[in-house]
Amino acid sequence: MKLICRYLLKQHLSRCKRTLIGDILVRSVATFLPTHADEASLYVHWPYCLKRCSYCNFNKYIPRSQNHNVMTECLQKETRTLLKLSQISRISSVFFGGGTPSLAQPSTIAAVLETVSKHAHVSGDAEVTLEVNPTPAGKASLRDFTLAGVNRFSIGIQSLNDDHLRTLGRDHNSQHALQTVSEARMLCPGRVSVDVMFALPGQSVKSWEDELKKLLQVCDDHVSLYQLTLERGTRLFKQVERGELSVPGDDGAAVMYKSARKVLEQAGFLQYEVSNFSKNNAVSQHNVGYWRAQQYIGVGPGAHGRFVPRAVGGDQREARTQALEPDVWIREVQSQGHGTRRRIQLDHHGLLEEVMVMGLRMNEGISQQQWKLFSPEADLYQIFGMSDNIQELLAEGLLIVDDRGLRCSWEGLALLDSILPTLLLELEKFLQSRCIIKTRINNSKTDMIQRDR
Amino acid sequence: MMNVSLFKCHGLFLPFIKHCPYINISHVNRRCVISDMWMRRDFGTKASQQDSLDMSKFPVERIRNFSIIAHIDHGKSTLADRLLEMTGAIAKTANNKQVLDKLQVERERGITVKAQTASLFYHHEGQTYLLNLIDTPGHVDFSYEVSRSISACQGVLLIVDANQGIQAQTVANFYLAFEAQLTIIPVINKIDLKNADPERVEKQIEKVFDIPQEECIRISAKLGTNVDQVLQAVVKRIPPPSAGVDEAFKALVFDSTFDHYRGVVASVALFGGRVSRGDKIISAHLGKTYEVNELGILRPDEHPTETLYAGQVGYVIAGMKEVKEAQVGDTLYLQKQPVEALPGFKPAKAMVFAGMYPVDQSEYSGLHSAVEKLTLNDSSVSVQRDSSIALGAGWRLGFLGLLHMEVFNQRLEQEYNASVIITAPTVPYKAVLSSAKLIKEHGTETITIINPTQFPERSQVTEYLEPMVMGTIIAPDDFTGKIMSLCQNRRGVQKNMFYIDDHRLIMKYIFPLNEIVVDFYDELKSMSSGYASFDYEDAGYESAELIKIDFLLNGRPVEELTTIVHKERAYSAGKAMCERLKESIPRQMFEIAIQAAVGSKIIARETIKAYRKNVLAKCYGGDITRKMKLLKKQAEGKKKMRRIGNIDVPKEAFINVLKRK
Repeated sequence: MKLICRYLLKQHLSRCKRTLIGDILVRSVATFLPTHADEASLYVHWPYCLKRCSYCNFNKYIPRSQNHNVMTECLQKETRTLLKLSQISRISSVFFGGGTPSLAQPSTIAAVLETVSKHAHVSGDAEVTLEVNPTPAGKASLRDFTLAGVNRFSIGIQSLNDDHLRTLGRDHNSQHALQTVSEARMLCPGRVSVDVMFALPGQSVKSWEDELKKLLQVCDDHVSLYQLTLERGTRLFKQVERGELSVPGDDGAAVMYKSARKVLEQAGFLQYEVSNFSKNNAVSQHNVGYWRAQQYIGVGPGAHGRFVPRAVGGDQREARTQALEPDVWIREVQSQGHGTRRRIQLDHHGLLEEVMVMGLRMNEGISQQQWKLFSPEADLYQIFGMSDNIQELLAEGLLIVDDRGLRCSWEGLALLDSILPTLLLELEKFLQSRCIIKTRINNSKTDMIQRDR
Repeated sequence: MMNVSLFKCHGLFLPFIKHCPYINISHVNRRCVISDMWMRRDFGTKASQQDSLDMSKFPVERIRNFSIIAHIDHGKSTLADRLLEMTGAIAKTANNKQVLDKLQVERERGITVKAQTASLFYHHEGQTYLLNLIDTPGHVDFSYEVSRSISACQGVLLIVDANQGIQAQTVANFYLAFEAQLTIIPVINKIDLKNADPERVEKQIEKVFDIPQEECIRISAKLGTNVDQVLQAVVKRIPPPSAGVDEAFKALVFDSTFDHYRGVVASVALFGGRVSRGDKIISAHLGKTYEVNELGILRPDEHPTETLYAGQVGYVIAGMKEVKEAQVGDTLYLQKQPVEALPGFKPAKAMVFAGMYPVDQSEYSGLHSAVEKLTLNDSSVSVQRDSSIALGAGWRLGFLGLLHMEVFNQRLEQEYNASVIITAPTVPYKAVLSSAKLIKEHGTETITIINPTQFPERSQVTEYLEPMVMGTIIAPDDFTGKIMSLCQNRRGVQKNMFYIDDHRLIMKYIFPLNEIVVDFYDELKSMSSGYASFDYEDAGYESAELIKIDFLLNGRPVEELTTIVHKERAYSAGKAMCERLKESIPRQMFEIAIQAAVGSKIIARETIKAYRKNVLAKCYGGDITRKMKLLKKQAEGKKKMRRIGNIDVPKEAFINVLKRK
């Protein structure tokens, strides 16, 4: 009851806000886009793992016991609730991530997908990806997962070097990885992705290149490359800190990245994003959705979402985070239908920032049309064309602004995180000059904790 | 009387606080635990008696004014505590520790920064004597305070540790007293220690100071052993002040503190005549007239009296609103009886300069008022506004020495809760100008360069001058070789060297101040396992080959990094600074060349390689919030960076490079 009251209150407030800021502004600044307003992708988080990897600081839990039925029910329930809340009627793709979602029962996956189709339209060829841990058990259930509706596998092989796999604390070896990949390719030809990591402890450029070549012989049409990042609090971090292990330095990692880009390119892969490479246009539709700043619903403990809660009169996109801990999340889903812990309204500025930060990760960058969807009031030229700081980036050949849009050059892509702060400042400057940014004071930072205590 | 009533209603001892207005309340509370015990006794039981104290009972011949001087840690403050106890100024308890050291920094560091005065009543052979103890700072940086205190005295107790023997500051302090022609009573302290060797110390004293061994008094201030002999010696050996009560009133201001409520509280020594409440007095320096509102003696708290007489030492409050009005060294006299002013003092001369900036510019005004308040009671700090593009608005402060600078900084932090960035200290160089145009511009031929950016070019000067000091090092001879090579490395020139006992040497060196200002003492201490002591005094200026090093980032000079060094030091200083800069500037998308240049010549270079990859691998599960936060923080940080050419230099880099290590 309280919750409803609060929604009503919020609705009222947002109406008031509209009059405060002025109708013109709200109409011209389309933060709540009509385009594809009813479409989104769905991310489902499975929080459990069998063991802890030495490098991972993710939201995952090593359960003593887990009740698949309860998890299934809750995932279904939250999916239902959030679909209703967002009034999303079309789901373009589904991604089961984790944790280790391949530890979930295929029936759970089937049940969630069934719920989705019941409450939204899912086209027959919609991408349904499952992250797979390449253990014998994982391999064994791949077929059942395809029967449940999964049509794309993302296999976390991480490395084809058994020493590295041990250092990383993985529960599989290279043999398992190869077998899993081959099984997956058989089940979903052309729709199998492999995750590999570089800049691992003790790894040399040469050994990385050799590994890549080995990988190219067995992989399908999609490869994701990740540089190992040492996260505070992980076992690996401590080992490196204590000097027991050493990881390649920044320059070493840069060389590895560069050589991987070249090797993959020569093998016919197109780098379509900072970390992602595909052949035969086998891109991850789901991930492209993130990078194009499309709406997505996050279901499961700790999942993130970005959508407009239209059912309660929302007109702005919200960044939503679900409760982290599975037990807490389960309780909340059971008691109120969803486990959303944090809602932050994204104002116009905040949304444009995300559009830019995500869009520039792709080699195609942000097209003028795409930008216009989010920023009808000013095109990329107007915002970035004049500034000296941007000119510098253009002159150095790191960034390109043209009729197609805004994107990084090949060199620029590797330096994206150095480029983005400059772009963010330019965007802010522009919006300030147009007085659009003032809306931020009114709208944003309304970080609402939804639960009553 | 207002004090007393306030004191009662708060249960705190307010005059005490007023005496140290710069202490904030939390410190006061802590200290009151200590002060309470003896204050209560003083005020509770004797207040009425004390209020009517008739100072005419103490004619000049029964007055002794003396100081205690000593090397740090030789027990000066402990002896002062004992003297106060034995004469009943404070109750005898186990808790009297450094009673005269009121500042937190003094207690923590075991040093005296600010001179304090205590009038003691001492009964000797049927007579009551008024002994005025003027406590002095021990460290060389504060030697100007010592000389001020000394000027109000006729004698000193020169304390020497029975174990450590004569140390560098013992020598320096001895000469201050000797030159002032004071009676010197050598006191060998800590004879209770296991390794005490008073005989050796007596021999040192005889050898170095030419004072017969028999004159030394062996004591243990800690245990109170023979302390009464010290008091007797004060009465017997130190002459009374030569001042006549029938002469015209003439008083030397030898210290002043600022009290928020009552204005300036001046510590005075009466060189003649008498002064009473209500008298109209004039300060010789400004010629302004004041009416004496309150006066009295310090025991060491303020005890108001009606009149002070010739030879006595006490405090005067006369409606002076600013410390400037009671300049230390000034003479006070009666309006109706003008006198010739006393010689006074040379103003304290800043030897070390450093930039000081608030950590956050929003704290500027708060820091400004803290600095103002602190300098009210430490007029030896010179303050000049300064600003740096990187660090914002701040000041260039002049200190008497490094310890002085540290103490100042510590007091700002402790007493005003201010956090500051102190840049690497520099010394005041001079340049003798040759260019007529520049001479006209400056109105003088010799200019002092406090800020390196104002360093005139070689072609425009006849010569550069650098400040020199005479350093005294005392150390066991095991370390002689090491010390000599250290001194040589610091461009020191040996002037003298002799044994003060069987295996201890005294060495005198002339050093450029710049060479000893930062880490010399630390190095000396560590190479001598802590046995060497060091002290220095001003030794004027000498001609020096000085050059200015500019630092360039991708060819653009960075003003705040400009440094003046001796020619011999150019390469090493340039290299060291480039290395520190390299560590402090984050990698960027392009290569950064860090260069040190003398004129157009590059003398050192470091390169920060360009980032070859800077992009986060993956945004998992759609969690871009964390990534956005990080990027926005970086963008915000970028706003605050100092942009030099196309290079973003974070403020921290300047702080790391400019800050003292």
